[in-house]
Amino acid sequence: MFEWFGKVNYCRDTKVDGFATHLRAGRLMGSACSGCGHLSYPPRADCPICRSGEFAFIELSGKGTLSTYTTIFAAPAGFTQDAPFHLGVVDLKEAGRLLAPFGDTIGPTEITIDMAVQIVPRLCDETESIKVYYTLEKPGTTWFKTDPA
Amino acid sequence: MSKVGIVGIGHTVFGRRSDATVQELAFEAYRDALADGALDPAVIEATVIGSVPEYHKQRSLAGVIQEYLNLNPKPTWLTEVACASGSAAIRTAWLSIKAGVHDVVAVIGCQKMTELETAEILALMGRVGDVQWESGFGTTFPGYYAMFAQRHMHEFGTTAEQLAQVAVKNHYYGARNPKALFQKEITADKALASDPVASPLTVYDCCANADGAACVILAGESAARKLGGGRVVWLEGNGCASASMSVLRRSSLTGLPSAREAAAQAYRMAGITARDVKVAEVHDCFTIAEIMAYEDLGFCAEGAGGAFVAERQSYIGGSTPVNVDGGLKAKGHPVGATGVSMACEMVHQLRAEAGARQVPGADVGLTHNVGGIGQYCFVNVFVKD
Repeated sequence: MFEWFGKVNYCRDTKVDGFATHLRAGRLMGSACSGCGHLSYPPRADCPICRSGEFAFIELSGKGTLSTYTTIFAAPAGFTQDAPFHLGVVDLKEAGRLLAPFGDTIGPTEITIDMAVQIVPRLCDETESIKVYYTLEKPGTTWFKTDPA
Repeated sequence: MSKVGIVGIGHTVFGRRSDATVQELAFEAYRDALADGALDPAVIEATVIGSVPEYHKQRSLAGVIQEYLNLNPKPTWLTEVACASGSAAIRTAWLSIKAGVHDVVAVIGCQKMTELETAEILALMGRVGDVQWESGFGTTFPGYYAMFAQRHMHEFGTTAEQLAQVAVKNHYYGARNPKALFQKEITADKALASDPVASPLTVYDCCANADGAACVILAGESAARKLGGGRVVWLEGNGCASASMSVLRRSSLTGLPSAREAAAQAYRMAGITARDVKVAEVHDCFTIAEIMAYEDLGFCAEGAGGAFVAERQSYIGGSTPVNVDGGLKAKGHPVGATGVSMACEMVHQLRAEAGARQVPGADVGLTHNVGGIGQYCFVNVFVKD
């Protein structure tokens, strides 16, 4: 079900397909290698360290700090109606980094590097098909969209 | 092991070339390179093409170019590593000569970027990053470099004015390069007032797509001495490295790890340090990219890149003149041609035939060619005979 993931999706087939199902249920998952325990976000099925192909999803807190950001004015296909929009790269508390758009709880003038953010799963309500993604919100913001299905 | 030298160079005008196919552009550069070196095409043993295929309607470009150059049945192949494809072509030609397989190889970097419709370009733009985890949120090339710039500003106090100074310098030199796309000087005020693309980058922080081709003819040491007529420029250091495709797996957001590694290799191979470099061509796809390059290449300390350009250290007369042909910014960036174009400029400089943009006493030159957002980097060191 990875075709659910993203505001636009370019990737349907992956070994970490279950990521999108978890996200739809409000859980942000990283991966833990079953061989050596290496934690990864984004999740990956094949361990870069010990090369094991066995892994388990582990739920992350979604807490992180903003590493950098930009406002996109010249947007690519599929995003021209959204421009300008704000994107941030976040260092996650447990492991790895995540890239996401800013949500409604953080205004453009409030964005500063090193600020604390909460990753919040979202269901896209603009289309008929299922779309799941996440936004960067103020700490304490919780998953507020319920699955209509 | 035999040295490798450049015995001929050719370069088209960079810009919108609605009058020519990509193989016709390649031919122009090839013809000029043969004429420059007074070479008979019979000496060419193989060609390596550097280009990014997705911009062209024509598939399998090496084949159509080799036919148009009238070089069948000699071998040809394409190298692709995004905007560093031209330098990858130089490296594979260099490797084939070092390995003793070929003695004289023509390298052609070429790109026709104006064939695609706007909708096709917007679609391509949307897939420059990691399509699994990043592209689905609307990332763009300028967007990634903008995020590097934002972090660089945060950590080191780099300013929008310093970014604009890169554009001002490169347009200043573009105005002195008859092959450049933009041959007009600009002011910092004009750059700073231009429309935002991805904050903090504006239109004048970004290089422009262009059509164009460039050719260098490489030869092993004895062939180069025989063919080169005393004006050979030697490729003495060839560094090449990679970094993660995804910005999410990068160890640094204020520099390119691949550039640091490729530079270390090239300096070691050539037996020089950054201080020995008299002139450099760096990959200024965005103004912040040039500032990061100063630091990654060791022209200044980490974090000091903004001050380096503001103090005019990268102008002719400064400590390391950079992009004195206008760089990608003003010369234009036909992606596959860029790395080869950089090598052509080094040959001009080291032969002391660069005219209004000549760096006095240039005897060691460096090129720094980046693919993507630093997934690939090639650093070459050129030395005068």
